[in-house]
Amino acid sequence: MTIELILMATKSNKAIKISQKHLLGIQDLSINDVNLILDESQKFIKLNQSKNKRLNVLNGKTQINLFFEPSTRTQSSFELAGKRLGADVMSMNMGNSAIKKGETLIDTAMTLNAMHPDIIVIRHQDSGACNLLSQKVNCAVLNAGDGRREHPTQALLDALTIINRKDKIQGLRIAICGDILHSRVARSNIYLLTMLGAEVNIVAPSNLMPKEIEKFGVNTFTDMKKGLKDCDIVMMLRLQNERMTSSFLSSNREYYEYYGLTPDKLDHAKQDAIIMHPGPMNRGIEIDTRLADDINKSVIKEQVELGVAVRMACLKIFCE
Amino acid sequence: MKKQYFINGNIIDPHNSINENGGLIVSEDGKIEAVGKKVNVNNLPTREKPIDLKGKYLIPGIVDMRVFVGEPGYEYKENFRTLSNAALSGGVTSVVTMPNTNPIIDNVSIVDFLKRRGRDKSKINIFPCASLTQNIEGTNMTEFGLLAKKGIIAFTDGVKTIQNTSLMSRIMNSAKDLDCLIMQHAEDYHLSKNGMINSGIIATKLGLSGIPDIAERIIIERDLTLLEKNKCRYHISQLSSAKSVEVIKERKNDIKFTCGVSVNNLSLNENDIGDFKTFLKLSPPLRKEEDREALVQGLKDKTIDVIVSDHKPEDEESKRLTFSQAATGASGIETLLSLSLELYHNGSVKLETIIQALTSNPAKILRINKGNLTIGNDADFCIIDLDKPWIVKKENLISKSKNTSIEDKKLQGKVTNTFVKGKELFKV
Repeated sequence: MTIELILMATKSNKAIKISQKHLLGIQDLSINDVNLILDESQKFIKLNQSKNKRLNVLNGKTQINLFFEPSTRTQSSFELAGKRLGADVMSMNMGNSAIKKGETLIDTAMTLNAMHPDIIVIRHQDSGACNLLSQKVNCAVLNAGDGRREHPTQALLDALTIINRKDKIQGLRIAICGDILHSRVARSNIYLLTMLGAEVNIVAPSNLMPKEIEKFGVNTFTDMKKGLKDCDIVMMLRLQNERMTSSFLSSNREYYEYYGLTPDKLDHAKQDAIIMHPGPMNRGIEIDTRLADDINKSVIKEQVELGVAVRMACLKIFCE
Repeated sequence: MKKQYFINGNIIDPHNSINENGGLIVSEDGKIEAVGKKVNVNNLPTREKPIDLKGKYLIPGIVDMRVFVGEPGYEYKENFRTLSNAALSGGVTSVVTMPNTNPIIDNVSIVDFLKRRGRDKSKINIFPCASLTQNIEGTNMTEFGLLAKKGIIAFTDGVKTIQNTSLMSRIMNSAKDLDCLIMQHAEDYHLSKNGMINSGIIATKLGLSGIPDIAERIIIERDLTLLEKNKCRYHISQLSSAKSVEVIKERKNDIKFTCGVSVNNLSLNENDIGDFKTFLKLSPPLRKEEDREALVQGLKDKTIDVIVSDHKPEDEESKRLTFSQAATGASGIETLLSLSLELYHNGSVKLETIIQALTSNPAKILRINKGNLTIGNDADFCIIDLDKPWIVKKENLISKSKNTSIEDKKLQGKVTNTFVKGKELFKV
C-alpha cells in the first residue's frame, strides 16, 4: 500500500469516534473503542516497515512526554510514534525538573497546560496520577503506566501481536505469569483480553497474587504447569524487585525453579504456543534465555515493533 | 445572664434516662435548673417569656472523643478558635484533642501551654490527650501520673499504634496503677505497610496497596489478651471491620473495655473512593458494605460505645496530590451529628442510642461530668431540627480546612442552636 492509500484509509475512518477524551486505562474503554484503536494500528504497521515512515496527520500538534519513571521502550516508542505522525514532540526528563524542587504534579500540569499542548503522555510511579493530571489539563492525556494500576498501550500492543499471530483473541487460552501484584501490564491485559473473549489464566505465587483478582473473571493458579496447560499464549511478566519493600520471595533461584519459564514448563502449553514479555526481561529469573530468543516461539521483538504502531494509532485518535 | 426557659421540646438525655416532651430552665449562672416534662407553660412564672422549641429536639452538648487540632504546629490547618466555631455549629460542646501536634503533647510543660491556649481561644470545653510514648515513637512511656495531674484525661498515640507487645503490657500496668485511660488506634504496621485503602478488589483495581482487616483485629486481640491480666481503663479508638465487631462482642462478656467508631465508617464504604478521591483516604480505611453494616449493627446492639468524628483537618495542598502522596483524614466535626442521624432516618438505629453514643457514653468513659442535662451542671446543650434537609457544601464549612468526606451529600437534621454554660454561642 502506498502512503497515499494509507492516508486515505486513515481519513475515511473519521466517522467512528472514540468514546473517551483520555486514554487512562483499558477499564474505561468500550469494545468499539478497542476495535477502533486496533484497526487503526494495523494501518501503521505497514507504514513503519516502508521506506518513508513519515505522515503529516499530526502536523502542528504538540505532544509532551512526561516520564517520572525510567523507561526505554515506552518512552522511545511514544516519541517515535509522535514524530512519525508529524507532531512536535517534547520529552521531559522529570529527574531534572521542578518536581525535584518540590513542585506538585498539579502545578506541573498547570505549567505545561499553559503551553497549549495537544496531548500529554504520562508515566508516573503513583497509581491514579494520570487521572489526577487529566482533571487539570485541557488536552488529551495518554497513560504510559501509572503505579501498578494500568498500562493501556502495552495491553493494546499485546492484543495486536496476538491477533497478528493467531488471527483472533476470542476463545484463546492465555496465561499471564509472574509478578501480578506489582504489575500494571497484567491488570490492563486482564481487562482487555477478557473483554475480547479470551480465557485468562493467572499464574503467580500467593505472595504476588493481588487480592480478589479472580473477581475480574480470570482463573488463578499457583502451580505453573497447571496454569500453562493447553495455553495458546504464555505471557511472562518482569519480577519488579524495585517495587518490593519487604520479602515476597525467598530467592530468585527458587522463583526461577517454580515460576521461571523453562522448556519443560512450556511443554504443558499447546505445541504452537507463543511467548510474550513486555520487557525489560530478567533473563534466568522469569524466563530461560534460550526461550526468550527462540524465533519460533518468542514474539518479544514483534511486541516492540507493533508498540510503535499502536501508539501512533492512539496519538492520532486521541488528538482528534 | 438572664434566666432562660425552653418549653415544648423533645428532651433526650440518655444519662438521666429522659426521653420526653418537655423543657429546660437555665439559671442565671449558666447551670441547669430544671429539665423534662415538669417544665411546661403551666409551671412557669407568668412574667417570664419562655422560648417555644415547637417540637425541636434538645440534647446534651455532644462529646467528641477523637479530634485533631492543629495547635501547636499546624495552625494553618485548624486552631482552637476555628475548631470551636466548627464544633459549635455541629452541636459539639466538648472535644478530646489528639496529641499529634508539633511538638507532640508528651510532657507537662506543653500541657500548660495547651490549656492556656484552649482557655483563651476556645469557646468549648477542651480535654487534651497526651501521647502514650515520648514523641509518639513507640519506645518510652510518657509520665502518665504527672500528666494526669495537669489535667490530661486520656493517653493515646493518636494516629499511631503501640507495636511492641512488651511495651504495651507495661503501659497497661502503669495505667492500671495510676488509674489512667488509654486509647489505642489498632493497626499492625507490618500488615498495613504502604497500605492506603481496604485490601480487596477496589485496591487491586486502583493499583493501591491494601490494609487488610486483620491488621486491626490482631492488635485488638493482642491488647485484649494483655488486658485480661493488666486490667486498666482501655478504649479502642475506632473499629472498621465486621471481624473486629465480632471479636469485641465476644470479649465484652468477660473483660471490661470500651470502643468507638468513626461516623465515616458508619456511613461510607470503599466504593465511595471512586476515582481516587483523596478526601476519602482515611485511617482506619473505609471497608466493604458488609463491614459498614456490621458496625451499624454493633452500634445498635451497644457492642460499640461511642461515635466519633475523627475530625482531621487537612489543607487543600495536602490533598491535591496523587492518592499515595495525599494526607490521611477528613474534616468532620460539623457534620458528626447530622451524618449520624442518617442511621436514625433510615431506620437502622434508635435515636436515643445515637445520642447516647455521642454524649453520655463518651463522658462516662472519660469520667467527665459532661454530656448530660443533670440539674446543677453546666448548661451545655444543643437544639436540633431533626428533619431539616440540607446539603454539605465545602464552601459552607466553618472549619479552617475543607476536606469533608461527604461533599454534596444530602443530610437530614441540623443543629439550630448551641449553648455552652448557658450562653448561646451558635445560632443558624
